[in-house]
Amino acid sequence: MVNEPDVFAGSAHYGWRDWLSQRVTAAIMLLYTLLILAVVLWHGGVDHDAWKALFAHGAFKLASFLFMMALLFHAWVGVRNIAMDYIKPTGVRLAFQVAVICVLIAYAGWTIQVLWGGA
Amino acid sequence: MSALDRPPVVKPRPVYLNLLAIRQPLPAIVSILHRISGALLFLIGIPVLLWGVQRSLASPETFAQWKGAVANPLAKLVLLALAWAFLHHLLAGLRHLVMDLHIGLDLASARRSAAIALVLGLLLTAIVAVRLW
Repeated sequence: MVNEPDVFAGSAHYGWRDWLSQRVTAAIMLLYTLLILAVVLWHGGVDHDAWKALFAHGAFKLASFLFMMALLFHAWVGVRNIAMDYIKPTGVRLAFQVAVICVLIAYAGWTIQVLWGGA
Repeated sequence: MSALDRPPVVKPRPVYLNLLAIRQPLPAIVSILHRISGALLFLIGIPVLLWGVQRSLASPETFAQWKGAVANPLAKLVLLALAWAFLHHLLAGLRHLVMDLHIGLDLASARRSAAIALVLGLLLTAIVAVRLW
């Protein structure tokens, strides 16, 4: 009988989850980018009125919010991978990752201000 | 004289690879630029995007101001660098997606697609540059 190891390599499956989420978020961002490109080309460039009218649409606000959340999640996976590869001391890496999370949350708050702040 | 008579070739071990001295293959260059462009987009791209959208939405005056700021040579340079980062990151990412579908995995194809991603990114950045100036 072969003794099965208690822990399999990669048993946490977060590698697979990161791989998939990085691609799903990329696809969402790509679609939004194409949408923006289409709108701008359709109008032949945008002035302030057209720009403001576009961002006044509830559906466009939601699409923009979805884009930003995909972007922030994508950035988290990417930046964390960079940190895991290059920052060896655990304490320094932890501090860096906490700082990155704070920045991402700040970006999310700023996004909500821009989209729903009504300024 | 047989091979046994010669002294054995002793190579110093362990071998430390100096990444800066090795000539990197093209896919490796595209890969590290994918990382660098991603880091740039996180640190500078996202705040510039949010700030730009915020200012451009606030009023016709700030919209014009933002357009005016873009006329500043230094601001143009930053925007151009971000445009390259975005385009390279997008193209290198699309290359990943295609390779995930098991298309172009052999060495020759991988080198070719890396070259395409690198050159197309620079080419599109050049178009953006022409439009900015």
